[in-house]
Amino acid sequence: MSHLVSIDDVDMRYGGADGTLAVSGLTMRVAKGEFAAVVGPSGCGKSTLMKLVTGLYIPQRGTVIVAGQQVTKPVSIVGMAFQNPTMLPWRTTLENVLLPLEIVEKHRHRLRANKKEYVEQAEHLLELVGLKGFGSKFPWQLSGGMQQRANLCRALIHEPDLLMLDEPFGALDAFTREELWCVIRDLHAAQGVTIVLVTHDLREASFLADKIFVMSARPGRILRERVVTFPRPRDLELMYEKDFNALVHELHGEIATARQAA
Amino acid sequence: MTIVAQDPPTPDRPRLRINWVRAAPWLYTIGLFLAWELLVVALSMPVTILPAPSRIFQAILQYWSPIWKNSLQTLFTTTLGFALAVVGGLAIGLFIGWSRTIYAGLYPLMIGFNAIPKVAVVPILVIWFGIGTIPAVITAFLISFFPIVVNVATGLATIEPETEDVLRALGARKIDIMLKVGVPRSMPYFFGSLKIAITLAFVGSVLSETAASNYGLGNMMSSAQSQFNVPLVFAGLLMLAVEGIAMYALMAWIERRMTGWAHRSTMSH
Repeated sequence: MSHLVSIDDVDMRYGGADGTLAVSGLTMRVAKGEFAAVVGPSGCGKSTLMKLVTGLYIPQRGTVIVAGQQVTKPVSIVGMAFQNPTMLPWRTTLENVLLPLEIVEKHRHRLRANKKEYVEQAEHLLELVGLKGFGSKFPWQLSGGMQQRANLCRALIHEPDLLMLDEPFGALDAFTREELWCVIRDLHAAQGVTIVLVTHDLREASFLADKIFVMSARPGRILRERVVTFPRPRDLELMYEKDFNALVHELHGEIATARQAA
Repeated sequence: MTIVAQDPPTPDRPRLRINWVRAAPWLYTIGLFLAWELLVVALSMPVTILPAPSRIFQAILQYWSPIWKNSLQTLFTTTLGFALAVVGGLAIGLFIGWSRTIYAGLYPLMIGFNAIPKVAVVPILVIWFGIGTIPAVITAFLISFFPIVVNVATGLATIEPETEDVLRALGARKIDIMLKVGVPRSMPYFFGSLKIAITLAFVGSVLSETAASNYGLGNMMSSAQSQFNVPLVFAGLLMLAVEGIAMYALMAWIERRMTGWAHRSTMSH
């Protein structure tokens, strides 16, 4: 299996030569089609990892390779979603979802002529995440969970090979969060997209991921890489099984150690 | 089957309900004038100090022709100066909000410029353009473009970093982010600032007309003052207040029409 993302011995320092070292000696690989989760103590450089992979930051040392190319500028084959849904309030949900198409080089010139086709695609995505019929609503007419669903659609509309999620469910209540776990699980299964999920929720990571990376405290590097072997499709009931809880417990112990080491 | 003819139920006569919230501005204004009138009568104020509202309205009727002419002149200079401020303020605001460096460089200059009393600028304008309409328009412009610049620049400068990241990761250029996010986002700030700017524009134009013009309400009031025609001075003030309220209401209406979404949502979302 080829790697979609390979990060090799990367250092990233903010603010000049004696700034904060956010990650150091970071090495990780994510295979194509894989669902990877990155967990770690807070402030361990998880968000830096997001920005390195998307090409928003270029590391001082080491290489980041995405889809066979070294990252030297923003890579448009990536979709991103953050904890804050950042829907634009003057656009309807559908227009928000279509926004990346107005930006990405490949689509922006085709958009006007093929509007109908793109709108159909967006509506299909909205249906997948359970927002059928909400396209014409404005974001502020939707609940937080619904906005986050729309946010996922926006991250996926340009058919990215890689989806980077930075604690996308952090601000939601427990039930909505579980619902969205299932949404993202099904999206992953249906679209064959590679996903990197940055989270501090160990149950979320264990439920969704094929592989979990445990990061150390700042400066961040990968302490452990765990393969999650629960068979797919996974059901929410999985979280009440013994093996699952054992995994969460172990991860918890590892992060507690990482925190202490800091 | 029998058909029972039935009178349609008579609808309740719409009772005459007074909407106190809507009526309040009028009632309070009338109240102010009544209190004023009573105060003048009670203290038997000489008309050269504080004329009663009845005397002011009388003056408005008596001098209607010059008042009307000068009011139109002031409205004209104010609106023209304000229109220039809208165009200039929007352009400068977008320019300043474009980059952190430009923002850092120009902002102190703007503050310094805004701190200069505009009354000190009028003599310079007179040297350059002579007295009359042009200095009034320019003063109105100078005094009213600052709040527009600041508001537009603020709207641009407060784009959420996440939004910017999402778009930049897709390969968006600066101009894309500005057009798709920055400009629409700063519109509520822009339209909000118009309400402040229009009232300031009146301050500017009247200031200049008072100091250096042969037309306009400012000039009319200063010559009435030199003739101790105090009711006419107050008539001028009243006309200014009416014009100011009318223009403010127009700006508020435009604001609501253009950026309705911002009133139903919080900007931080």
